[in-house]
Amino acid sequence: MHYNTGYHAEAIPLVRNFVHTFRDAEAVCVPSASCVAMMREHYELIARNENDALLLQEVQLLLPRIFEFSELLTNHLKVTDVGATFPHTVTYHPSCHSLRMLHISEGPIKLLKQVRGLSLIDLPNKEQCCGFGGTFAVKNADVSMAMLGEKQSCIIETKAEVVTALDNSCLMQIYGGLHRSNSEVRTLHIAEILAAEGARA
Amino acid sequence: MSIRVGKAAAAPAFPIAAHEALQNDQLRRNVRHATNVIRTKRALRVDEMPDWQQLRQAGSDLKQHTLAHLDHYLEQFAANCEKAGGKVHWARDADEANAIAIQLIRDHSANDPHPEVIKVKTMTSDEIQLNPALEAAGITPIETDLADMIVQLGHDEPSHIVVPALHKNRFEIRDIFRKEMNLPDLTETPEDLTAAARRYLRERFLRTRIAVSGANFAIAETGTVCVVESEGNGRMCLTLPDVLITLIGIEKVIPRFADLEVFLQTLPRSATGERMNPYNSLWTGVTPNDGPQHFHVILLDNGRTQLLANELERETLQCIRCGACLNACPVYRETSGLAYGSIYSGPIGAILSPQLQSLDHSRSLPYASTLCGACYEVCPVKINIPEVLVHLRGRIVRGDQKTLSGKLSIENIAMQTAAKIFLSRRRYEAAQRLARIGQSLFERKGQLVNLPGMAGAWTATRDLRPIPAQSFRDWWKERPASSKGAAR
Repeated sequence: MHYNTGYHAEAIPLVRNFVHTFRDAEAVCVPSASCVAMMREHYELIARNENDALLLQEVQLLLPRIFEFSELLTNHLKVTDVGATFPHTVTYHPSCHSLRMLHISEGPIKLLKQVRGLSLIDLPNKEQCCGFGGTFAVKNADVSMAMLGEKQSCIIETKAEVVTALDNSCLMQIYGGLHRSNSEVRTLHIAEILAAEGARA
Repeated sequence: MSIRVGKAAAAPAFPIAAHEALQNDQLRRNVRHATNVIRTKRALRVDEMPDWQQLRQAGSDLKQHTLAHLDHYLEQFAANCEKAGGKVHWARDADEANAIAIQLIRDHSANDPHPEVIKVKTMTSDEIQLNPALEAAGITPIETDLADMIVQLGHDEPSHIVVPALHKNRFEIRDIFRKEMNLPDLTETPEDLTAAARRYLRERFLRTRIAVSGANFAIAETGTVCVVESEGNGRMCLTLPDVLITLIGIEKVIPRFADLEVFLQTLPRSATGERMNPYNSLWTGVTPNDGPQHFHVILLDNGRTQLLANELERETLQCIRCGACLNACPVYRETSGLAYGSIYSGPIGAILSPQLQSLDHSRSLPYASTLCGACYEVCPVKINIPEVLVHLRGRIVRGDQKTLSGKLSIENIAMQTAAKIFLSRRRYEAAQRLARIGQSLFERKGQLVNLPGMAGAWTATRDLRPIPAQSFRDWWKERPASSKGAAR
């Protein structure tokens, strides 16, 4: 949030704190593609700009052990069937940072297709941003809402009961719009679907 | 120096201009339709190229190399252009370029107190506001690119860097032509509109002796200038008059003739979804008894050299003005180019305008993006626009923090406080507890409403779930020990 809004100096201690907290972890599972994108795209750059060789080394050692949630399952653990049951129609919104920065496309689809009872419906114009964009959502609230409007129409068009994604930030935006307009469509993080064990989650 | 980028000095901040654009349903329908059409065509023509990613890389490498040795290639271009009979003029800023153009037009129309000039394919002339400067000097500029002509006749502003009248549909264009060409019975069929434009333009091509053009590429090795277009009106402008004045931003130079191989593949596919442009005009200096007998080049800086020192900022100058980032941008799609307050709109405008000209209005432009990355994905010269946007945001924040009002702004205080909270688990958990208590003041029917400060912009139009009673960490702590670490 700080780095992308322009608060670069304020982001540096947060980077250090993160690295120090997780440096001994065998694997770090992050349930947000956007957060992983920040780490992969900017942590090395931030360490270099700080001329901090030690931090840079720690970042380089840590980064290969950081996984977005679905990446951890499909790429690292090679799991696509987690034994979940979720008898609902679901549409998947590929969040911008998962798609264009982490290049995640097939993994989440494979995971969802293995869920018992789940019927996956393709989202029209799915690669278009939902309009969240961190502080953009409040700094440019009008445009953010217009973008959300397009996303909402596409979701409703699928007639799915649930919309899911790898990022809770996008889902917060999508929920905000759907719920305000009295839509019945629910928003769930992919982990919530994969943890479902039966009837209604 | 008087660096000027279009009418940006008088433009409102992006969120205000966007608010206005969003009220115009016709505008939004036109822009959505047009960008959908171009996006689909572009995707078709890009996906058929097996070496597209290599072409992007080659274009980026070529531009980076040229910008790193810009002085060398500019001098080489100027020398070769003059050797072939052209005359090269150097302009530091908008005023100098306008003055040079006006003087050249005066010199070549000694007997005419109110000369006309035909113009084509020069967005750079909009950047320096050449038309108002010409009019003030008693010279009438006539735009001959079809879309530029529609914008000029409609007393409008361009809304797209490749298709400037993209925000107008054919009914609106018919109304402009009816009024300005005095054709009360004109229909909105494409055939009728084209015929009307053709008659109007042909008259002017035949009677006008001086033309002003832009350029897509200036080739250092040969002194050749290149313009690509779809209509042929450019070809008319470039060949019929006696005098041709070509205005070129200094970043348009490329080293070798052979380098066109890359750009003439990537530019048309990115810009209009065509395999090649219908008209590719290349000319070198003056050819006796063929085409313009007087050829002038104005090489324009207007703030560009300020971007050379920083590697990331310099990427901005790689732009070949294809407009693919505009068509891909979900923000542009909603607001059109009119909200950007500058001739350069969309993602590229959001990074170019604020770097050329530092203005209050342009401070809002780096924030006119969700950083979704669609622009970077389509850019044929791989400008990492999201990265430059974030870099420019940093510059704005650092500048603001030097002022008292900036230090005391709600945003700065919120960001500083959040940074302190995120740094300590103890403070983070305390803040969570506090928020759980505080949020009850704003809770209505299970939603948070009317939040104060910046969050109010959220709750005005969107619902928000309250913070749950139990955090993930608390839930994890309370699970039976046997189920933790039960890896498959």
